[in-house]
This record gives sequence, C-alpha cells and structure tokens, in this order.
Amino acid sequence: MMANTNLYQSLSLIVPEIVLTVVLLVLVLTDLIFHKDKKLIPYVALAGILLTGYFILNQFGEKGFAFQPALYTYGMVAIDSFGVFFKMIVVVATIFIIFFSFGSEEIIKIKDRIGEYYALIFGMVLGMFFMISATDLILIYLSMELMSLSSYVLSGFTKLRERNSEAALKYLLYGAISSGLMLFGISLIYGLTGSTNLYVINSLIQNPHINLFTVAFASILIFAGIGYKISSAPFHFWTPDVYEGAPITITAFLSVASKAAGFALLIRFIRTTFISYADANGMWQMINVFDWKTLLIAISILTMTLGNFSALWQNNMKRMLAYSSIAHAGYLLLGLVVLSNQGLLAILIYFSVYLIMNLGAFLVVMLIANKIGSEDIHDYNGLGITSPFLGVSLAIFLVSLTGLPPTAGFIGKLYLFIALVDAKMIAVAVIALLNSVVSLYYYIRVLKHMFLTKPEKETQTITTSLPNTILVSVLVAAILVFGIYFAPLVDAATSCLVMLGL
Amino acid sequence: MIGFPILSLITFLPVLGMFLILFMKKEQPKSIKYLTLGITALQVVLAVILLANYNYASAGIYEEKSFKFIEKFRWINISGISWLGTVKVDYFLGIDGLSMPMVLLTALISFIAAISSWTIEKSVKGYFALFLLLDAGMMGVFVSLDFFLFYIFWELMLLPMYFLIGIWGGPRKEYAAIKFFIYTLFGSVFILLVMIGLYFSATELMADGSKVHTFSLLALMNPANYSADGILSALNPNNLRLIAYIALFAGFAIKIPMFPFHTWLPDAHVEAPTPISVILAGVLLKMGTYGILRVSYPIFPDITRELMWYIGLFGMINIVYGALVALAQKDFKKLIAYSSVSHMGYVLLGMASLTTVGINGAIFQMFNHGTITAMLFLIVGVVYDRAHTRGLNDFGGLASQMPVYTGFVTVAFFAAIGLPSMSGFVSEALVFIGAFGVSSIRVLTLISTLGILLGAGYMLWTLQRIFFGPLNEKWATLKDLDKREYAMFIPLTIIIIFLGVYPSGMLDIMNSSVNSLVNFVTSLAPIH
Repeated sequence: MMANTNLYQSLSLIVPEIVLTVVLLVLVLTDLIFHKDKKLIPYVALAGILLTGYFILNQFGEKGFAFQPALYTYGMVAIDSFGVFFKMIVVVATIFIIFFSFGSEEIIKIKDRIGEYYALIFGMVLGMFFMISATDLILIYLSMELMSLSSYVLSGFTKLRERNSEAALKYLLYGAISSGLMLFGISLIYGLTGSTNLYVINSLIQNPHINLFTVAFASILIFAGIGYKISSAPFHFWTPDVYEGAPITITAFLSVASKAAGFALLIRFIRTTFISYADANGMWQMINVFDWKTLLIAISILTMTLGNFSALWQNNMKRMLAYSSIAHAGYLLLGLVVLSNQGLLAILIYFSVYLIMNLGAFLVVMLIANKIGSEDIHDYNGLGITSPFLGVSLAIFLVSLTGLPPTAGFIGKLYLFIALVDAKMIAVAVIALLNSVVSLYYYIRVLKHMFLTKPEKETQTITTSLPNTILVSVLVAAILVFGIYFAPLVDAATSCLVMLGL
Repeated sequence: MIGFPILSLITFLPVLGMFLILFMKKEQPKSIKYLTLGITALQVVLAVILLANYNYASAGIYEEKSFKFIEKFRWINISGISWLGTVKVDYFLGIDGLSMPMVLLTALISFIAAISSWTIEKSVKGYFALFLLLDAGMMGVFVSLDFFLFYIFWELMLLPMYFLIGIWGGPRKEYAAIKFFIYTLFGSVFILLVMIGLYFSATELMADGSKVHTFSLLALMNPANYSADGILSALNPNNLRLIAYIALFAGFAIKIPMFPFHTWLPDAHVEAPTPISVILAGVLLKMGTYGILRVSYPIFPDITRELMWYIGLFGMINIVYGALVALAQKDFKKLIAYSSVSHMGYVLLGMASLTTVGINGAIFQMFNHGTITAMLFLIVGVVYDRAHTRGLNDFGGLASQMPVYTGFVTVAFFAAIGLPSMSGFVSEALVFIGAFGVSSIRVLTLISTLGILLGAGYMLWTLQRIFFGPLNEKWATLKDLDKREYAMFIPLTIIIIFLGVYPSGMLDIMNSSVNSLVNFVTSLAPIH
C-alpha cells in the first residue's frame, strides 16, 4: 500500500507534469469559452509552457523517485538533472514551436481548430516528460503511446493536402507495429524477471542463470519501439514521408522534441537496466547479458550512412531535412555507443546544438514556404541574392548541421569525436567523419541553389515580419556565439551530469 | 611579451572590414572597393611593422619564449568533473621565422588581389565581404600556435573560397567549387581526428602543478608531455603515430596539392576569377606545406625521419609530373596551375632533406612561388580580360602590341624558370643543394632536376606562342597595361628581383627558426 506521505511527496515531485495537465485543461476550456475569438489561445499555451519551464528549472539538482511502492525502493518516475536537461530541451523546443505557429501560413489557415492544436501539442509534451523520467516499463509504454497518439493526429492536422493524411496514416501504421513489438519485448522481460521496474530488472538479470537468449530477444524488441521514435535505421522509413507531409511546425517539433524524448528514454533504459557501474574514468561497465555495444555501433553507422546517402538525392527541403535528421540520430547514437559519461556529455551538448540549428533550418524553410508556397530546392534558385537575410541565415544553419567551425554544430561533433577517441574507437570515428563529408554535399547543394544558380523566373524579395526576423536572428546568433565560445554550453551539460552523481 | 595585440589586429582587421561592408549600401561599389583596399593596405603596413620589430635571432618552433609578439590567454576553460578533467583551449598567437615570411606573403598577396578585384562588378558587396573573411582565415592560420585555433581558421576559409569560386567563377564554376570544398573538407576531417588523438595523448603542466590535456602545438611537441598509454604517444608500444602522421600529412597534402590529391587544383584555378586564383596560388597552397612544417614535423619527428624518403618521392613526382602535364596544356591558366603543382614539389623536396639549407630553400620557395605565381595568374588575367580567351594557340606576336606587358611577363616567366638574379633561382638552388647533400634522396633529387629543364621548356614555349611571331590581326586593338595593372605588377617585380639579388633579406628571417626546427627533428633526444 502506498502511504499518504509517499503520495504527497510523489505529487510534489511531478509538479511540472501536473502544471502541464492543468494547462492542457485550461486550453480546452478556453477553446470552449472563447469559441468566437481564439486569439487568446496561443498566449495561454505560451504562458503555460513558460510556467512549466520554471517548475522544471526548480527541480534542478533534485534527486528522487515518485510513486515508490514502498519506502526506500525504486519508483516509477525518476527525478534527476539528466531528466531536467532533456525536459528543458523539450520546453525550449515547444516555446519555439509556439512562436513558429504564430507565423506559419499553414497554421493560420486552421485557426478555428487552434485550441485542439495546442491541446494536442501539450498532450505530446506530457507524454515526452514521462518518457524522459520513466523507470518502469509500463509507464514507458504508456507515455510513449500518449506522445505517439497526439503526434499521429497532429501530423495530419491541417488536412490541407493529400500528403497530410498520408503522413498521418503512415505514421500510425508504423507506430502501431513498433509499439506492438515493444510491448511483446516488455512482456518477455516481465515473464523473465517478474518485474517491470528497471532497477529491479537490473539486479535480477545479474543472476548468472538468466536465459540470455530471451534477454537479447526482448532487448531488441524494446529497441525497435524506441528506435522508431528516434528514427534510427532500420526503423526510419516513416520519417521522410511524415516529415514531408506534416505541417512544418509539427515536423520541426517531431525532429527535435520527439527525438529528445526518445533518446532520453533509450539512454535511461540502457543505463539503468544493463549497466552495473561506471568506473573512475567514466566508462560504463555492462552486465554481461546482451551486447548493446555491437548492436548500437551497427545501428548508428547504418543510420547515419543511410540518412546521409539518401539525403543526397532529395529535392524537397523538408524531405532532405528529414534524412538529415536521420543522419543526426546516427551521430547522436555514437555518444551512446561509447557507453561512457564522456559520451553522455557529448549527447547532451549535441542535442542542445541540434535543437538550435534544426529549428532554425525548419523556421527558414517555413518562412520561405509561406511566401513562395514551395519547398522544392529548385524554387530556391537565386534566393540568397534576392533575400540575403533568409539566405545567409539558412546557410549558417546548414553549415552548422554539416559541423564546420566556427558554428556550434562543430562543437557538437567535436565532443562526439572526443568521446569516441577517448574510448579508442578510432575506426567508428573515421566512418562518422567521412559521413560528415558526404553530408556536406547535400547541405551545400542548397547553398548552391540559393547563391550560385540563376533563377529561371524573376523572384521578388521575401520579406519577413519583425517577430520572425528576431526569431531567426536569435537562432543565428546562438549558433555563432556557441561556436566561438562554447564554455557555457559545456558547463551546463557537465553540471547536469555532476548533479546526477557521475 | 604582453603588449599591443598586433597579431590579433592584423588577423581580425579584415573581419572588422567585413562587418563594415555588410552595413554599406550596395549602390556604392567604389567605396566598398576602397575600404577593402584600405584594409589590406593597412595589413601590409602592420606586416612591415612586424618585420621591423622582429628579432632575427628568434628561434621559436618549440620554445615559447623565443616566439615574438605572443598573445596568450585562456579562451575556453571547463573544469569540475574528475573523469572529464579540465578542458582548456588557449587563444595563443605568436610568430617565428616559419610564420614571419608567410604573414608578409599573406598581407602582400591580399593587397595585390584587392587591386586585381577592381574589375569585379557582380554583387560587389558579397564579394568583398567574403574576400576579407578569407583574408582573416589565412592570416589566422599563420599566426596560431594552438592546434584548435589553427583548425578553426583552417576551416574558416573553406566557405568563402567556395562562394568566391562558385559565384564569381567561370563556366564550370559550380563543379570546381564543390570539388574544392569536398576535397579540402575530406582532408581536414583527418586533421581533426589527429588533433583529438593528440589532445588525449599529451598533457601540459600548469602553473599550479596540475596536468591538463592541451591543444597547444608547443606542448604537443614536447615528448615529456605524453602519457605512457596515449594512443599517439611514442611511449606506448601500440601507438598509432604512423597512421596518424599519414592521415595528418594527407590532410595537409591535399592543400599543397600533392600528387595524387592535386586534381582539384586545375579545376579551381581555371574557374576562379583572377584575384581568387592569385590568392589560391599565392597563399592557400602554402598552408599545406606550412602545416606540415609547423605541425607534422615537430610533433612527429620520429615518423618524419622514417618517412622522409617518401616525402622526397612525392616531391619529385610533383615536380616532374606537374611539369610534364603543363607541357601538354593548351589553356594558359591551366598551364600555370600545373606549373604550380610542379613548383610546390620543390618545397616538398626541400622539406624532405631535413637539412637547414633544404628547409630554408623550401620556405623561401614558398614565398617566391607565392609572389611569382601570383604574378603569373595576374598575367593570365590581363590577357583574358582583354581577349576573353586563354588558348595558348590563339595568340601570337603580342610583344609588339603590348610591349610593357611583355616585359613584365618575361620577368615573371624567367623567375618561374629559375633564372639567376631572380628570387626563384635562389630558392630552387637551395632546395637542390640541401637535397643533394642527403644520400638517401640523392637519386630523387637528380631526377627532380628534370623539372628545371621541363619548366624552361613549357615557359619559353608559351612565351614564344603568345608573344612572338607575327601578330594575330584579331588582337591588333589590344591595349597595353593601365595604371591599376602597373600597381599590381611593379611591387611583385621589385620583390622578385630584390630577393634574387639579395636573398638574405628573406633567409635571415627564417634561418634561426629553421636551424632550430632541423635540430629538433633530427636529434634523437630533442633539447628541452
């Protein structure tokens, strides 16, 4: 039985999630009450997410478990600075997405249903928060479903184009299969250990008589579910279609926030379940039941290579960015492959940078699509000359995605490679570096069309409203500042890990 | 020496100029051009001030206190976790006899290229902003003493160069630009990997007694700083130093460009506008050989000694192959591009000798090649601007039509051939003297002398085809040089002849550093 004090303590630990739920309800109510004039709703959403962010920052440095079955045992929800970091990534992404939605033509067209739009986004965020914190297989599954169901609806939300519905349907079908696989994996683990708590499972699978095959099989099945969320190969096939079909704001949100939640879950799942301890050099010692390292190396190399090579032939900007985000999932997996604190640090840094540059790239693509109504690379011809502000900004984001100095993208890559070299995985580092040379080709291709190719027809200057100009400038400035002076970024990431006791 | 941060000024002055240009109106192309000219002129003045205050006895190389104009402060400092250790990156600039000639060259060539850019009319604002960014990147490479900083400057040049070729270039500019970009990025990712490997293999002793991983080139040169288990530490029996050396060398060799990595060069040169060709040949190619001398040689002296024969071999291939291909060219600019490949071979050969004479010759050749080839590309630019063709067989008899131009051409061609009393002669002679004295590469040196013969062949043949014989009537209206073109050719001609007559003017600057470098690389137990 759960003691009352325990319940009270648990609830106090999940204040941000409670705030989110309340905001979600307020959004629905505002939608019902002010159904004539819905201008208020985005501001309610913005205030709500800022409030949530405030409560998350308050949790920085806290460490504990909510919903423990009994005192001094492990609970279902872990509150720690690792979670705080990823939740902040989600919150920042959400804030940007709300700003994006102000300026997106696609979203303005559906302003009658804007209440549902924001309510669903908050549903996604709630799911992500629990994904980031969950230490229990049941909660992991439930939170993933909460996030997924909201995102299926959102990806087909505007219903403006056929592509929209196609995206939603594809997303749903793939999602249903992978969550089915995952559930099967969970049931096997439960059958084997009699528990759904990751910490309990961790101690039980150290038993030498454990059935290794079942553990391996179940691990792969669970990875299939998470791998689908972070769009790692071979579970990435939905990504380009969904990214292309969904409204741009949702695409940007999926590519950053959804991926962050997926990565947080994957890292926590592996680290809690399969690692016995970290040694003095920060190397994680695996329990000898399943060779995660080999699997992850193979998956990450496959993911980045497939992503990069497929991106080479894309003419649709959203599709190209979809493949590029697959490739980036591959790079991010490298940070997990090394199974060390150093690698974890690299992931945190890379994610912060990825958040800025990917959102920036999607924002510019959205602003351009608002005006020219196209995401085709050939319609970008000469755009850099006629609209230098957008052209140069997009160029900076893409150069950062390539990982060239002096942009923040370089710092993200640098820390990844530092982690790889530290773990003496030189061959993997070489493959990853060659991959980034490949990626240069398709990123630079956009620059080529924008600056080098002459447009076939006269194109007029694309003007941007003041708020959007500020938004783009903030992101560009962040990319350049963190590229030259990256100490604050690394400090923030390290302090999260220090708080985690690493 | 903490004083006036003159090296930061000379490096970031162009960046300041770039920002000024971004705020200028594009309707005033003249003022943008004058601003760029002013910035590059100021850089030349600063470079001369540097030279005037330079201590010729400064050895530099591995010894921090004998560098001049040092600026060093902590740029990135992250500490706090035991398993991470302290991460520090220094903003560390300084000059020794290796970099002084290159700084002079960069300032001079940028100034000349700015004059040559006067004819640019398309998107003037963008052109000059990128031009100045490129300038800053080049200068930064030559003054950095921290590997991280060096790498940032190294990469900083890629993007401006891509656009300068890709927007203002010739018919196949897009192909040439992307080829240049991918080739060099391919090279630099290996540099990055070696940089990280070195970072983990060595530590630097801090003032408070702690040992901290470092990117400082000087600390990386000291074998005492390496830990026994570092992957690039000579103390580790399973070290990867040989592979790392080859990877690093390949990264630099692409820039030189060394056979077989040279194929991007002719494309880039042919498509690039004249001023960018001038910068490419004049400064950019030197960064490859400079990187080898500054980074590879002193950090990996053991491997350098092992591989010197191969370096000499590639030098020889570059010399002979470049010259042979040049002979077969029908395009004036392509011919100069391949002659460039051939002449950079002399630098490699001189470096392979590991003798003071040879390396002095190599660095002097880097400077001379910078000035001479810059002049050759300007020469191509002049005739192309007027005739809109570069075919070697399309001309004839221009000497009577453009006598002054022909005069400058003759000086440049003879300098490129290596005629005594021209600067090219001295550096090539030093390279051969240095290399011939080393028995292991004597045969390579002998074969390399073919390059001089072939060089005289293609240069004189070109001179004859374009300037002598009966005047092609089509070109009877071509005008001789104007004042702006005089301004480009005269300083270069003076420098070429001055250094041909008085080579000590340049050799004295580098001599003590080269001595120190050679001692450091060849002595088995380096002095510390």
